Amino acid sequence: MELIKETALQVRLMWSQIVALAIKEFLALLRDKSSRFILIGPPIAQLLVFGYAATYDLNDISIAIYNEDRGIASRGLVSRISGSPNINELVSVQHESEIASLIDNRDVLLVLHINSEFSKDLSSGRSATVQLLLDGRNSNTAMIALNYMRDIIMQFNTQWSAERQSQGPPAIIVSRAWYNESLHSRWFIISGIVGLLTLVVALVVTALSVAREREQGTFDQLLVTPVPPSYILIGKSLPGLLIGLLQGSVIMLLAVVWFELPLRGSIPALYLGLFLFLLSAVGVGLMISAISVTQQQAVLGAFLFLVPAVILSGFATPIVNMPEVVQWLTYIDPLRYFLVIVRSVFMEGAGFDLLWHQYWPMALIAIFSLAMAGWMFRHRMY
Amino acid sequence: MIDTASRQRLRALVIKESLQIMRDPSSIAIAFILPIVLLFLFGYGVSLDAKDIPVGIVVEQPDAATQSLSGSFEQSDYFTPSYFHSIQRAEQALTEGKIQGIVWLKSNFARYLLSYSPVSGTQAVIAVRVNGVDSNQANLTLGYIQGVWLTWLTQFSQARGVEMALPVQMEHRVWFNPAVSSRLFLVPGLVAIIMTLIGSLLTAMVVAREWDRGTMEALMVTSLRNVEFIAGKLIPYFFLGMASLVVTVFLSMVIFSVPYTGSFWLLLLTGALFMLVSLAIGLLISIVSKSQFVAGQVAIIVSFLPAFILSGFIFDINSMPLPIQLITHIVPARYFVAILQTLFLAGDIWPVILANVAALLILLLIFSLLVAKNTRKRLE
Repeated sequence: MELIKETALQVRLMWSQIVALAIKEFLALLRDKSSRFILIGPPIAQLLVFGYAATYDLNDISIAIYNEDRGIASRGLVSRISGSPNINELVSVQHESEIASLIDNRDVLLVLHINSEFSKDLSSGRSATVQLLLDGRNSNTAMIALNYMRDIIMQFNTQWSAERQSQGPPAIIVSRAWYNESLHSRWFIISGIVGLLTLVVALVVTALSVAREREQGTFDQLLVTPVPPSYILIGKSLPGLLIGLLQGSVIMLLAVVWFELPLRGSIPALYLGLFLFLLSAVGVGLMISAISVTQQQAVLGAFLFLVPAVILSGFATPIVNMPEVVQWLTYIDPLRYFLVIVRSVFMEGAGFDLLWHQYWPMALIAIFSLAMAGWMFRHRMY
Repeated sequence: MIDTASRQRLRALVIKESLQIMRDPSSIAIAFILPIVLLFLFGYGVSLDAKDIPVGIVVEQPDAATQSLSGSFEQSDYFTPSYFHSIQRAEQALTEGKIQGIVWLKSNFARYLLSYSPVSGTQAVIAVRVNGVDSNQANLTLGYIQGVWLTWLTQFSQARGVEMALPVQMEHRVWFNPAVSSRLFLVPGLVAIIMTLIGSLLTAMVVAREWDRGTMEALMVTSLRNVEFIAGKLIPYFFLGMASLVVTVFLSMVIFSVPYTGSFWLLLLTGALFMLVSLAIGLLISIVSKSQFVAGQVAIIVSFLPAFILSGFIFDINSMPLPIQLITHIVPARYFVAILQTLFLAGDIWPVILANVAALLILLLIFSLLVAKNTRKRLE
């Protein structure tokens, strides 16, 4: 009986100590007006700016056409091209010599060359060939533009065959995209930004909390209080966790309301992912805290983790395209798993069953990084 | 104009700053380690080029025709096909993320294909499903599938002795990057990112610390003149940035065999100009923000992330909505990325370089004026 009472008392004491520490941390963080602002304003501004800026779709392509053919067929092709919604500017080239400088100076992304035999070939039933020259300085843009042009030529072919009572090639492709039916690259990018911004805030808030005290000399005072060090660490990790949860929710809400991202899956599954993700981010933040003496080191240390973590997460470039060795590295990146969760829940409508393989690695990373941080604080070298 | 005393003061300050950089492991990490890590990640790790895309091929009734088509997928570098007997199995694999696309040849494929002539019969259908979550990858995948289909169609028609059934065919050539390797445009742009890191982020943090601790005012009341003071603070970072430029360009040419076609003096000159703009921004951030926490966050938000996303480094600027395109005009990395991609891959194309240099000069002027104005205000 006595024992239970005593344990209950201890638990109450523990709770009140942790809560007091957490409140102190929140106050330290939110006291300063500019720190307060930095937690709320920029993430939303970034979501809006980058949400619109980061797109792999091309809307305003400038192209040039060098048409040596005088026939009706080539005019039909040109008007089909100029009618494409993705093409904004169409420069007409008169001499071959103009082509090089148009591409060199980045006036146009591509030049389509229609030779003088084009209409004649077509009307006599032969295949006509057109040449496409693309600026490869950004090879991805070039490939996307190439695909657009391919589609236009395909449409032209279908129409041409239909008008001549011929049905075209013996086999055709009918394609459909799942989950993102019209292939908006914005859906992909925005879901990535949700993970990116949440990681930034949780990491920086946590990494700086210890460094700030250490620089001001109050960390040693905190350590000599009768509160156990593990409580101090829990108190230090709560603000990052809560602010991350709050900010993550706001950003996801904006993604749905403002950018009309579909939310098709299970919200509890999403939040379990967010929670595990934040735990691992806070763990890494505390590790950075443990080795930095100054705030400058903490910010730079956070950054040093952040940049490779974002690049290796599949945020902008697919993980499957990386060499095998680099793909192994991505397995220790918590953002990798969280991005899969966000994208699966939002677009693919996934629930707990499909996401199990994302949860447990994040849980492992969280346990490891939190334990490591605790160890590093106890065995601090400087 | 510069007298001996002034030169001595400047030298002392430069030495103090350099020592401070060398003594702090975090500045070393940002200035030396992160650039190398970035270079390796971008040069070796990250790629937008889809290769070995896992696709599932569903053949409901295997025969010579389906075999020749799946053979074309096997031969393509872009695909690693796996085979399914029913569409349900394949769709399951697509849902689980094991494959990125499905090529579905129904049981009537061969019958339609072989009985088809341009005037009668039904076209055989190749039904394609792709996972659209990563829309860029999905678009590229669809493009490659089309490529395989075209090649196969040509072979098929030739084998049957009929003229190719497609009226217009397109040949394409990609200038400056014939192998269409994304590394060749990512690595040059990376130089701008690394220099932004050193010029803006590192400088903002370091100078903010001096403000934070009050040592800035202490330095200012010494006999140093304002100009000397700012020059002394920034010279070490300037050289650090230029060193990173040289090292990055050297490594990208030697290790990642990115071709460099322009002239080197132009690279150094435009690099120096860009470095000055970055330093001005770093200084401005440190003056305007009141603490290191804020300076660090602001530097990441207004210099590093825009250099990544708004500069044309990965995402095409012309495709952004107009208000955002206007914002990109005050991102210095935008101009330097354009210069770098041109110098590396296309050579000294003067119209491109001069236009971007002019823009950088204007930005330098604007940010320097802002620095001058805010320094005075801050000290009062």
